[in-house]
Amino acid sequence: MDTFDVIVIGAGLVGGATAYGLARAGQKVAVLDEGDLAVRPSRGNFGLVWVQGKGFRRPEYARWSMLSARLWNDLAPELRDLTGIDTGHENRGGFLLQINKQEYDDARALLNSIGDSLGEGQYDITFMNNNELASHLPGLGPEVYGGSYSPYDGHANPLFLLHALHAGFQAKGGRYFAEHPATAIAAAEGGYRVTTPKGVFAAAKVALTAGFGNSGLAGQVGLRVPLVPSHGQLLITERTAPFLEYPTNLVRQTREGTVMLGYTAGEFGFDTGTRVEFMRDIAWRTRKAFPLVGDLRVVRTWAALRTMTPDGFPVYEQSQSHPGVFVASCHSGVTLAAAHALRYATWVADGAIPEEMSCFRSGRFDVQTAA
Amino acid sequence: MSGTREPDCDLAVIGGGPAGLAAAAAAAAQGLSTVLIDEQPVPGGQIYRNIEGISGGRPDLARILGDDYGYGAGLAQAFRASGATHMAETAVWELDGAGGLGVIGPEGARLMRARRVIVAVGAMERPAPRPGWTLPGVMALGACQTLLKQAGQVPDVPTVIVGSGPLVFLVAKQLVEAGAPPRAILETTPRSNMGRAVGALPGALGSLGDILKGLRWIGQIKRAGVVIEKGVEGVRFTGDGALARVEYRIGGAEKSRDAALALVHEGVVPNYQLAEAAGCQVVWDEVQLCWRTRADAWGATSQDAIAVAGDCVGIGGALAAEAAGRLAGLDAAHRLGRIDAAKRDSLAAEAHRTIARLAGVRRFLDLLYRPAEEVLAPPDDDTLLCRCEEVTAGEIRRVAGLGCPGPNQAKAFTRAGMGPCQGRMCGLAVSTVLARARGVPVAEVGHYRVRPPLKPVTVDQLADMAGIEAEVAALGGLPTGSDGDAEPALETEGGGTR
Amino acid sequence: MFKRLHENGAKKVRIFVDGAPTEVPAGETVAAALLAGDDVHCRTSSVSGEKRAPHCLIGVCFECLVEVDGQPNRQACMTRVADGMKVRRQQGAGGGAA
Repeated sequence: MDTFDVIVIGAGLVGGATAYGLARAGQKVAVLDEGDLAVRPSRGNFGLVWVQGKGFRRPEYARWSMLSARLWNDLAPELRDLTGIDTGHENRGGFLLQINKQEYDDARALLNSIGDSLGEGQYDITFMNNNELASHLPGLGPEVYGGSYSPYDGHANPLFLLHALHAGFQAKGGRYFAEHPATAIAAAEGGYRVTTPKGVFAAAKVALTAGFGNSGLAGQVGLRVPLVPSHGQLLITERTAPFLEYPTNLVRQTREGTVMLGYTAGEFGFDTGTRVEFMRDIAWRTRKAFPLVGDLRVVRTWAALRTMTPDGFPVYEQSQSHPGVFVASCHSGVTLAAAHALRYATWVADGAIPEEMSCFRSGRFDVQTAA
Repeated sequence: MSGTREPDCDLAVIGGGPAGLAAAAAAAAQGLSTVLIDEQPVPGGQIYRNIEGISGGRPDLARILGDDYGYGAGLAQAFRASGATHMAETAVWELDGAGGLGVIGPEGARLMRARRVIVAVGAMERPAPRPGWTLPGVMALGACQTLLKQAGQVPDVPTVIVGSGPLVFLVAKQLVEAGAPPRAILETTPRSNMGRAVGALPGALGSLGDILKGLRWIGQIKRAGVVIEKGVEGVRFTGDGALARVEYRIGGAEKSRDAALALVHEGVVPNYQLAEAAGCQVVWDEVQLCWRTRADAWGATSQDAIAVAGDCVGIGGALAAEAAGRLAGLDAAHRLGRIDAAKRDSLAAEAHRTIARLAGVRRFLDLLYRPAEEVLAPPDDDTLLCRCEEVTAGEIRRVAGLGCPGPNQAKAFTRAGMGPCQGRMCGLAVSTVLARARGVPVAEVGHYRVRPPLKPVTVDQLADMAGIEAEVAALGGLPTGSDGDAEPALETEGGGTR
Repeated sequence: MFKRLHENGAKKVRIFVDGAPTEVPAGETVAAALLAGDDVHCRTSSVSGEKRAPHCLIGVCFECLVEVDGQPNRQACMTRVADGMKVRRQQGAGGGAA
């Protein structure tokens, strides 16, 4: 049996970024993954590197997202140089579009509230009416009421990011084991043993990044990570000539020229099936935002499950009863990839998560339940 | 999507080839309200394409195409007379396991539901990735035959046929009779196949007439001056912006031929994707080297409301497809309460016998024309597997080296299979290359998961689709197209305002 | 690259291929009309720019994408000619949205 410094369980975007960061920090890493049909939100991601609107009544989350968006400027070129894979990261900012006045007013109030919580001059959001938006977004539909621009936002290709992280942690000496789903974690001499159907792995530390798999595994090591699947569906069109310079919450044109149309959110348990009524709804809304997408043929629709905690904010925590076992759960694997690779992974390597991240411990759910 | 919807018909048959025509006619004859949905304007599918037009008005083409083709006229006629509704020029872009269908036709997109669905969408030619196979001038052999049937066109440039299988000799013979013979047939059938096939020959004797007919064609082709070269390997297509030359090896010797048109064929494989999208179980066929829907003798699948018939279940040819269609149509009438099991069985006896008789020669053909390994898993790293996104065999091998367990992860990493053909052209090769790289069977590697829409639908057509009111109501009222009141307030990457 | 075995009888329509008028039998597909010409390429790849031509003619391969009456990405093998139809060989992804 090989022994490792850290076993990373789960190789989606959170696991891939954590494994990359650990390998980059010189740790000997084993990454245990499911098979080809793993439930993998990374593969159904809209691809936004997004700050705008995140962190309502939780400024720490807004700051964490902003930090990651900034660190993306280091991560993307680093991965490209190391692996030759261009994640397509662009950081020109992004637009939130609102179709009607009510939504616009709600969004404005929410963004202002986040800005207030961050402090004067810390949250640079520009609100715009349809005309102002259209000067940046040619082809914008007349029915869009208004929106906002933030310079923090951007986008990337989530699949190429996943590919680059996998190639990256392996280039740094990490080892990848597909079709090795972890079933048990137990304390052992010098750390932990992780059991899979194809063998047992040993390491000083364990990083749980298994998406929905975190809930069950965390329970084995004295942690509680309640997760609710949030069904999200999106449409992807054929390639077309470039028309959209910025990502928006409704429509995003990829570097390849395809157009992503988003997206829905609903709770249907673990059903990952696509729904034709959502196809229609997405088509209907995004055509309002950019009528010119109406002529484009849809190549596929995707549904994936966001790993949502009860309050929507991430969980980062080290087990008290099983020191050296860390858990990370979040629904923003693209945005937070840089923070996971360049910050969170170093904390796992060092054996401690900083105190300022304590608001992300799962104990907060116990308090809510008690209240 | 169909749980809340009243059925529009008893039976929807998808596909207008022999299986679909026979299924629809058999079901309608037993009183089922039957709709046949087909992409083409007229019945016939690919094998009997344009059969009504040719049997009615082009005796010259009817002679060239032969009696086996002309046979389809009776099938089309029986379908026309059956009372089944013909939904022509209509594609199915969504199918669920309960009989819900999304269709797109001349009047736009709509949803409908049938109490039972028979998927009879036939086969496609096995894509044969080789260096240069995307050059203009390299075409599927079946495409050449389609042009003959549909437009009365034949090649008028130097042409070679490259490939393996019965269709090679049928089309060559038809081109000879049309006065447009190819210069050469470069036969890629591995020489070692014959040894394996001989064992299956006794079982094929029931179709001895067909085998002798094939031998007569070969004689006719040779007499017309067509060169037939056997044991062709290592085919590459070269040219600057268009095909100029076919390079190949025979027994280790390098050879080449000038050609402006190369017609390639390596057998046909089932269109399994539609049934798979409906949740039907799909299995790997180790003899035919393709994915097919798991079905019983009546075409019933793992999904209650879905049956399959014809070449989309496994390659059997036109006559077997027709018989299978009849069985599925009769079984639909039985399941929907029109006839009892005894009547179904008596009406089905002949179709069962036909299928059993044809199975013997099929086994022989499968073994004789088993594609070469270099066709299944192209050895040259520069060969494009995914024509749409231009992903090479070498790229797939590289991600296999990163531990990619199967084609879905490989698709995510490389974009192979993400283009407009949705992986239909590269799926088999990507799975096979991954399997070889990992040293495991293709069945273990798996296949691309199918993503709707299965046929192109525009954003406008989706937004304006008809027949979706019940689904919208069941969801508690999504926008109906007039106002924007249901826009979620502030959704971002992960659904978080939080 | 292909020729019609006989032309008499069939009703003709006029279509324009990259602006050039051509008479083709009614009922033919756009792909068949292109293949009856000398230059059979119908588009350039949106990835590499290399020339592509119709390949399968049964609606599967999506190689035969052309611009028809201003609409990009139409499958030439699934589209029938109509009098006055304007067909353009598509360059890359097609410029429809811009």
